[in-house]
Amino acid sequence: MKIVVAGCGKIGQTVIGSLVAEGHDLVAIDSDNEILKELTNIYDIMVICGNCADSDVLEEIAIHEAELFVALTGSDELNMLACFVAKRMGASNTIARIRNPEYNDDSLVFLRKELDLSMSINPDMLTASELFNILKLPSAVKIEHFSRRNFEMIELIIKSDSELDGVKLADMKGRYGSKVLICAVQRDDNVYIPDGNFVLQAGDKISVSADHTDISKLLKTLSIHRKQSKNVMILGGSKSAFYLAKMLIHSGASVKIIEKDINRCNELCEKLPHAMMIHGNGAQQELLLEEGLRSMDAFVALTGMDEENILISIYAAANNVPTVISKVNTHELATMGARLGLDCIVSPKNITSDIFVRYARALKNSMGSNVETLYKIMDGKAEALEFRVQPHSRITEIQLKDLKFKKNILIAGIIRGKKIIIPGGDDVILGDDKVIVVSRDHKLNDIEDILG
Amino acid sequence: MVTSLLMVLPLIVSLVYKEDCYISFLISMGVSLAIGFTLMVFCKTEDRVIYAKEGFVIVALSWLCMSAVGALPFVLSGEIPSYIDAFFETVSGFTTTGASILDDVEMLSHGTLFWRSFTHWVGGMGVLVFIMAIIPASTDRSIHILRAEVPGPIVGKLVPKMRDTAIILYLIYIVLTVIEIVMLLLGGMPLFDSLVHSFGTAGTGGFGIKSDSIASYSPYLQWVITVFMMIFGVNFNLYYLLLTKKIKSVFRSEELWTYIGIGLVSTAVIAFNIRDMYSSLSETVRISSFQVATIVTTTGYATADFNLWPDLSKTILLLLMFIGSCAGSTAGGFKISRVIMLFKMIKREIKSLIHPRAVGVVRFEGKKVDDPVLKSLSAYFAIYVACFIGIFLLISFDGYDILTNFSASAACFNNIGPGLGAVGPAANYAGYSVFSKFVLSVAMLLGRLEIYPILFFMSRAAWSKK
Repeated sequence: MKIVVAGCGKIGQTVIGSLVAEGHDLVAIDSDNEILKELTNIYDIMVICGNCADSDVLEEIAIHEAELFVALTGSDELNMLACFVAKRMGASNTIARIRNPEYNDDSLVFLRKELDLSMSINPDMLTASELFNILKLPSAVKIEHFSRRNFEMIELIIKSDSELDGVKLADMKGRYGSKVLICAVQRDDNVYIPDGNFVLQAGDKISVSADHTDISKLLKTLSIHRKQSKNVMILGGSKSAFYLAKMLIHSGASVKIIEKDINRCNELCEKLPHAMMIHGNGAQQELLLEEGLRSMDAFVALTGMDEENILISIYAAANNVPTVISKVNTHELATMGARLGLDCIVSPKNITSDIFVRYARALKNSMGSNVETLYKIMDGKAEALEFRVQPHSRITEIQLKDLKFKKNILIAGIIRGKKIIIPGGDDVILGDDKVIVVSRDHKLNDIEDILG
Repeated sequence: MVTSLLMVLPLIVSLVYKEDCYISFLISMGVSLAIGFTLMVFCKTEDRVIYAKEGFVIVALSWLCMSAVGALPFVLSGEIPSYIDAFFETVSGFTTTGASILDDVEMLSHGTLFWRSFTHWVGGMGVLVFIMAIIPASTDRSIHILRAEVPGPIVGKLVPKMRDTAIILYLIYIVLTVIEIVMLLLGGMPLFDSLVHSFGTAGTGGFGIKSDSIASYSPYLQWVITVFMMIFGVNFNLYYLLLTKKIKSVFRSEELWTYIGIGLVSTAVIAFNIRDMYSSLSETVRISSFQVATIVTTTGYATADFNLWPDLSKTILLLLMFIGSCAGSTAGGFKISRVIMLFKMIKREIKSLIHPRAVGVVRFEGKKVDDPVLKSLSAYFAIYVACFIGIFLLISFDGYDILTNFSASAACFNNIGPGLGAVGPAANYAGYSVFSKFVLSVAMLLGRLEIYPILFFMSRAAWSKK
C-alpha cells in the first residue's frame, strides 16, 4: 500500500518506522533535507524535499496512487491544507494532525467534513485519554478495550509482596476462577506468551484479559487498590495537560497544575476554571512538597523535557505518591526510566503511531484482511488483534486443544454476541465470533494465519 | 562488518551460471560456490546491519571477488594462460571498459567470447543492484549499497522500495537490450554476434568479437550501434519518467541536452577535420559520429583507427574520454552532470571575486544544489585528478611514449577501452608489464565504482572494528 507521510518530526519518524515495518511503500515529505537524508539511511523509503501542500511536489510523487496521505507537520493549518490538496489530487484517504484546542471542539466535525478528511489526529488528546484511562484504574499500567469496551486487556506489574508472586498459571484457575487469562508476560526485556507451566515472578509485567466485571473481581481478590485517583498533580501546562485536566475535572477529580510560564498559567486558568493553577518551577522539590505532593493520589509529569519528567517522577515516587506517570518521548530514555524504577511511562509518539498501524491494517482490511482492532502491548513487543471470523473458516467448530497453532500465539478471548468467553482447551470458535489473539513476532492479517 | 561477504555467494553464482558449455566454467562455478559457502559459514554469526562503511566494503569486495573468480574460465580453458592477463580482461569486462590484452580476438571460443561480453552486461548496471532485485529480503539500510555501486553524484530512488527500484532499472535495461538485439538481427547480423554486441553496447563495454571491432559490419548496423550507445549513456531515471508519462521533465533535463550537445558538436568538428580522409560525406559523418559516441559513452567499439586522424580530432576524443556521459547510466567517466555543476561553481566563484558580497546559488536541473553536495563534488574532482596522476605515473615505468601512457590511463580509468598511440583501437594492452596491468585493473575498478569504495577498501579504517 502506498502511504505518503508529510512532516518528519518526532511523531512523523515514529509513524514512518512502524509503517515501513508493516511492509508498506512509504514516501516522506519534509522541508528539511538533513532529516530526510538521515531517514533514507535508516529506512527503505523514498523522500522528497519541499512543501507538502505544494501541488507540484504532490504531483511529483504521484499522489493519485497513494492509498493514504498523512500530514504531521507542526502546523495545523498546513496539515489541513496539505490534506485538502492531496485529496483533491486523488489520494484515497487523508489524515491530518490537528492539535490546536480551538480546532478540536465542535469545529472539528465541520473541518473534517469540509476538508474531506478520513480522520484527524491529535496526539495530545490521545496522550491525555491514555493517561486518563490509567488514572481511572491506577494499579494498571495500560488498558486496552476491544469490541466496544466489553472486553478489556490490562497490563499490571507484579509487586514483590503480591500474591501472584510464584504462582503457576495452571493453578490460577483454582484460585481466582476461570474467567481470567494471562496472555503475555514481560520479564526483563523479553516478552513471553505463557502456557500453563509458566510461573510468575515479582517484577513481571503481565497482560490480563477478562471482561470488565471480572477484572474488578480479580483486582479485589488481589487486594489491589482500584479507586480512581481523586487528587492529581500535573507538572507542566502542555496541551495534553489541558486535555487531561479537562477529563479529570469532568469525572470529579481535583487537579493541580504546576507551570513555569505565567502567561500559560493565565491562559489555562481562564480555560479551566475548576483546576488549581500554580505558577512555579516544578523542578524545585520544596515547591512540590509545599503544594502537598505527599497527599496526592497521582502525579503526572508532562513537561516538554524527557529528562526533567523522569527525574521529578523518581522524586515523586520516593515521596510515596501511589501512582506516578511520566511522559517520555525518546525511546532510549524510556527504557532507562523503566530501569530506574518508573512503572508507568507514556510516549505520545508511540500512541500515535499505533493508531496509524491500526488504521493502515484496517485499510488493508477492506482489501482482504480481517483485523478489526489492533493494539501493541508490552512496549510494542507483542500485539493484540481482534478478528471477525468468517463462517466456514478452517478454525471454526474445532476444539481449541485440537487446533495446531503457530508458536507464540494465544487466543485471549472469544466474543459471541454479547457473551464473552475466556477460552479453555474445550471451547470452540464459531462463525461470526470475534476472536482476540495475542501474538509475538507475527504479522497477522487473517484469523487463519494463526494456524501452524 | 565482514558479514557483508555473504552477498558474494549469490552474486558469484548468478554470474557464473550463465555459461554451460565448458568444463572450465563448471570448475569456476564450483570454486565460486565453495568460496561463497565458506564465507557464509564464517560470517553467519555477526549482525547484518549495513551502514555506509559496510556498503562501501561490500561493493568493493564483491567486485574484487567477482573479477578474481570471473578470470578463472579464461585461464582454465587455456585461452588466456597468464592469470594476470585474465584478471585484467575480466576487470575490463565487469567495469565495462573493454580494454583487451588479446592480440587476436577471433581465435577465442564462442563460450569465452560470450562470457567476456556478458560481464559487460552484468557490470554495466551493477551486480549488487541485480542481486538486490532478485533476493526478497533486503534490509532497510541497503541504500548504502546502491549508493556505492551506481555511478553519479546523487542517487535517488524511483519508487519507495529499493527492491522495486532495482527491478525497474533492470527491466528498462533488459528491454532496451532486447530491442537492440532485434534491431541488429533485422540488419542481418548473426544471432551470436548481435547478442555479444548488444551486451557490449548496453553495458557501454566494448568487447567485440572481431579484430577490427565493428568496422566490417554494414553501415546500417554501425548506425544502430551508434544510436544505442548514445541511448545507454542517458540517465536511466529519464526512461522511467518517460514510462510514467512525465515527458516534460525529461525535456527539461539539462544533463540530457548538454550530452546531446556535446555529441553533436564534437561529431561536427571531427567530421570537418577528417573530411579529406574518407570518400563520401555520409561515410565521414557515420565514422565520426560512431567514434564520438563510442568515446563519450565510454564504450570503446571502433569503426576506424582514430590513431591515424589529425591531432585536433584526437585531442577532442581524449577530452571526451574524461567527460563521459550522464550520471545514472551504464557509462563511466567523470559524468556530465558533475562537469556542469563544476562549471557553475566556477562561475559562482568568479562572480564572488568581482562582487564579494554577492550571494550565488548553484542550480542544476532547476533545483538548488546544496553546499555539501558541491563540497563533495570538488573533493571528488581533486581525488579524481590525483588518482589519474598516480596511475599515469605508475604505468610510465614501462617505457612507452607519453601519449600512449596518458591515453591508456585515461581509457582505463574512465572505462573506455582503446586509447591512443600504442594502445589505439587497432592495438591492445598486451605489451604492458604485469605490474602495469595490475595498476590498470585497479584503475578500471576505481573508475567504475567512482573511486571511493576501492580507496576506502584499501584504507585501514575499513578493517578496524571501531
